[in-house]
Parts: sequence; structure tokens; C-alpha cells
Amino acid sequence: MINNQYKILSRRFDRNDAHNISVYEADGGYVGLKKVLSEMSREQVIAEVKESGLRGRGGAGFPAGVKWGFVPEGIEDIYFMVNADESEPGTFKDRFLLDYDPHMVIEGSIISSWAVRAKLCIIYIRGEFGWLVDRVQAAVDQAYAAGYLGENIQGSGYALNMIVHKGAGAYICGEETGLINSVEGRKGQPRLKPPFPAVCGFLDKPTIVNNVETVAAVPDIVIDGASEYRKHGTEKSAGTKLFSVSGPVKNPGIHEIPLGLPFNEFFHEWLGGMAEGEELKAVIMGGSSVPVLTAEEAMETNLDYESLAEAGTMLGSGGMIIIPERCDMVELIQVLMHFYWDESCGQCTPCREGTGWLHRIVKKLRKGEGTLEDLDLIEKVCEGMAGLTICPLSDAAVMPISSFLEKYRPEFEALIQNEKESISSSRWAREIRS
Amino acid sequence: MNDAGSVFTLSPESVAEFDKIVERYPTKASALMPVLWLIQDNAGFISDDAVVWISEKLEVTQARIREVISFYFMYRDIPQAKYKLQVCHNISCHIMKSRSIMTHIEKQLGVKPGVQTGDGMFVLEGVECLGACGMGPVMQVGSHLYEELTIEKVDAIIEGFRSEQPVTPDTDRKLEGY
Repeated sequence: MINNQYKILSRRFDRNDAHNISVYEADGGYVGLKKVLSEMSREQVIAEVKESGLRGRGGAGFPAGVKWGFVPEGIEDIYFMVNADESEPGTFKDRFLLDYDPHMVIEGSIISSWAVRAKLCIIYIRGEFGWLVDRVQAAVDQAYAAGYLGENIQGSGYALNMIVHKGAGAYICGEETGLINSVEGRKGQPRLKPPFPAVCGFLDKPTIVNNVETVAAVPDIVIDGASEYRKHGTEKSAGTKLFSVSGPVKNPGIHEIPLGLPFNEFFHEWLGGMAEGEELKAVIMGGSSVPVLTAEEAMETNLDYESLAEAGTMLGSGGMIIIPERCDMVELIQVLMHFYWDESCGQCTPCREGTGWLHRIVKKLRKGEGTLEDLDLIEKVCEGMAGLTICPLSDAAVMPISSFLEKYRPEFEALIQNEKESISSSRWAREIRS
Repeated sequence: MNDAGSVFTLSPESVAEFDKIVERYPTKASALMPVLWLIQDNAGFISDDAVVWISEKLEVTQARIREVISFYFMYRDIPQAKYKLQVCHNISCHIMKSRSIMTHIEKQLGVKPGVQTGDGMFVLEGVECLGACGMGPVMQVGSHLYEELTIEKVDAIIEGFRSEQPVTPDTDRKLEGY
């Protein structure tokens, strides 16, 4: 590969033995943990991570060090959770980190737990990664045996336990308060914020939840320093990022890129362009919940938080879905609307009813029973959903459908037959007019 | 509903595993999900009697346990087919033509999605994203995934289950030095 210089988080992905603690140690593993325990204060570690500019890699992009700083002083029971409920359609990077390099995730988790004074760390792995649960548990057992977990870690006096928790198939548990409720043995329904989990989370105690990729970056940051981390990326989007690429390109899979890389270069040089016989139509940059970009828009943007925001979309989880010309956009949005309807946790009315409503309208359109005013209705339903619920799942359904409708409206309109007759007879149409 | 004490029993090994789980978690209630997994992994599903048993052991109401079982897609409260072929029908796999894989399996098994074959061997389910989007179309069976599915590959997988010589899943990677 031409891109080896950026293989940092993914540097052991082509090995088949790094799940073994001795291999990881021989490759410089657990040096970061030893360093923080013997040479650094918690404040120094938090300052270093803040300085590095490391942002939450699960989707929200919130600065990790800043989040850690919210944990109040003087409280004994503090929890750290690693979000490995990777369920955002298009995203599969955390799976690779846990599969090929579990100890890097574990070391990052221990350092992060120590920095926020946590006494228990829970790695929440989605239920569909069943085979990974055993593999990660085996790595955790090795870490205990080596004295990196348990009582008096490396003679520092610090004690930390670690639980590998298996989810059971619920997208919403990737939302941090949904995840916390899930570990408490409840439905994974998100909580109203504030209070934020850093103040009142698991069992009503301070709890920090970070994504797998975020904690995996921590060992290198404490070993090499923030300035080394900042050598890649841009001022505001520091470091490298794992992109999960799916769809008919020549090289799909996980690609670690320096943030700020132009999409044009990434697409042609890293992904090798489209597979034989395929043509690029559109790109979803950061997981299914972000607004779609047309091929032309995509070619003009760079892959970092700010450039993608400027292009009207988001970097999200880095789950890049390449949509080929042969795909019917209304069919694809039906697939996504089914997903959000299926995964809505049901506690907020705009989301519970809105996702189902959107799904029904799209289905109706695809049956050839839609009217032009159904398209206005989609917009109207979206207005009643965005920003009005406890968690962002509702917005996550709105962003794809409104952008699909805005950018590919002719495809929606082409499904509408006998326009004039159906407009006059539509009950919804009458309601909207009145 | 059995309120007069549960008739549900676990093997001694499972009881030991149960005790270990409860000890690891900070509260009894927080051990609910792993306990449900333990029971489902053993029995294939979570029975009414199991719910009563868990309720007593973890001091959690039966209503809350049922609420949790029904909320999470992977927990099941009725007996399941031996092999659940769960094909991802989300966007990335859809783009890679998972629909035709579904249709083919449906034809091979002779049953609609969600309906078990007469011998209780198979059921086909369309499921949401399995986190293997770059390797689509994908299918989950048990705790493993089969990736980059083709019609031929699916036929071999089904035949493997029928002849009790399962094809090794793609996620069952051979690890070195382990």
C-alpha cells in the first residue's frame, strides 16, 4: 500500500497475532500505561489529550480531553465505558480495532479510566459481534494476569476492574445514555441531558463514555506527546481517522487517513475508484445518519470535520457509503427509513411516530400510489422531528431523507403517476391545504 | 405465570457462571443482560420459568425482565430454529445486492423470512446493519458472520449445515500463537 505512513491506529491490522499480550508488549505495548502511572499526573494526561485535539470518533466529534475534564472532584465511584456498540450503518472500524488489536483498546481504556479516576471500566460490545466478545475477554484476562488490571496496577496503588459487556441488538445503545441504561439492565432508552453522564451517569455516578477508536488513540498520545499526534490532520481536526468504506469501489474496507485529505484524492488513489462497470452517483460520508453528497459535491470537499460541515454534511463515524449510479435513491431511502423506524426506542413521540410515518410515505411512493404533496408532507414531518427529541436518532432519520429529497427530487417525482387526479383525492393533500 | 416459586433449573456449571457474573457487576440488576445471555446460550431461548427464576435471583420485577427481552432484538422468548440465517438488509449490503441473496435463500429453504423450516433446522431473517459493511453482503449465523456472499457461497453454507459439516465463518479467523 502507498499509505503506510498513516497507519497508526491500524498499524497492526495486517498481523494475525497482536491479540496476544506478549506480541503487543514486544511491539511497545503497555509502555503508555507504565509511563502515566510512574511519570505523569492525571492533570498532565488530561492536558495532553486536550492539547492533542483528539475528538470523539463515535460520531459527535466532541473533544475527548474536555469531556474528561467534566468529572467532578471528590467523588469516589466513577465509571468509564468504552462504546463498542458500533451500529451506525456503514461503520465497521471498531470491529477491526477490537479484532486485530484488542490490547491497544484495553491499554487506552486503562489510561483513560485512570485519568478520570474510574474504578470500573466497561467495554460495551454490540451483540452482533459475538465472536469478538470472547476474543476481547481473553485479552482482558491476559491484562489481569500481567498486572495491568485489578488491584494495585504496576505497584501504583491504582485499582481498576474491567467488564466486557455484550449488547443484544439495539442501535440506540450506541447513544451514550442509552448505553448506560442498557448496562444498568434496562431498555436502552436515552436519558434527558443535562445532567450529563460525566456528572450523573451509570448508577447516578460520574461516567465517561468514549468510542473505541478514541481510546485507542490515547496510548500513542501519552507516549509521543500531543505535538506528534498533531503532525497529521488539520488545526481543528487533528490526527488520523479510520474510514470504513463500503459500496462498489475497488478497495473497500478500513482506510486510515490524515484528516483533511481531499476526497478526490482518497477516492481515486486510495479506493482505486469504482469497481468495474460501476459509476459514482453519491456519497454518504459519515454513516447513514448524515446528509448525502452528490458525486460533484463530494469531489470538492476534504475529509475533516470543518470541510464536511461546510459541504453541508458531517464526518460522523467515518462510515463512508459509496452509492453507484445504478441505485435508485428512493429505494435506498426506504431501506434507511425502515432502519430508523425499526430502531427508534419509542419514548419520544416525534421519533416513534415520525420514523414510521416517513417509512410509510416512502413505501407508498414506491408502490406508485404517492402524490406530489406527499413530498411536501415528508418535509413537514421532518420539521416536526428535528431537534425535538431526547436523543439525536430522530435527527438521524431526518438528515438522510431530507437531503435525498432535496438532491434527488426528480427520482421521487418520477414515481408519482397520474399527478392531477391523485392530488385532488388525497386525504393528506386536503389536510395540508386546509 | 408461576408465582409460587420457579421450576427452572440451571446446570451446576451455569450456576457457577451465574455467580461469577453477579459478583463482577456492581449491582444485581446490572447483571441482567449477561444473565439473559447465559440462559439463552444454554436453552436457545428465555422461557417464562427462566424469567421467574431471574426475577427472584436478581431482585428485578418480571415486568422489567420482559421489557428488556422484548426491547433487544437478539433476545428471544420462544424456541428458535437451529440455524438462524440473518442476512443484513441495510444500505451497504443492499447496494451490494443482499436482496438477491435473501430471495435465493428463501427459495432454497422454501419458507418466507421469519418462518422456520418444517424440520426446525433453519429460519431466514432480514436484519439491520451487522457492522461488516465493507464485506457485504453479509449474513450472521450464531455468533459469527459469513461475508462477501454469493449465490454459490450461500448454497455451500446451507449444505454445510445440512450435512453437519459447517463452512468456517469468515470471522472465525485463525489466530497465531494462541
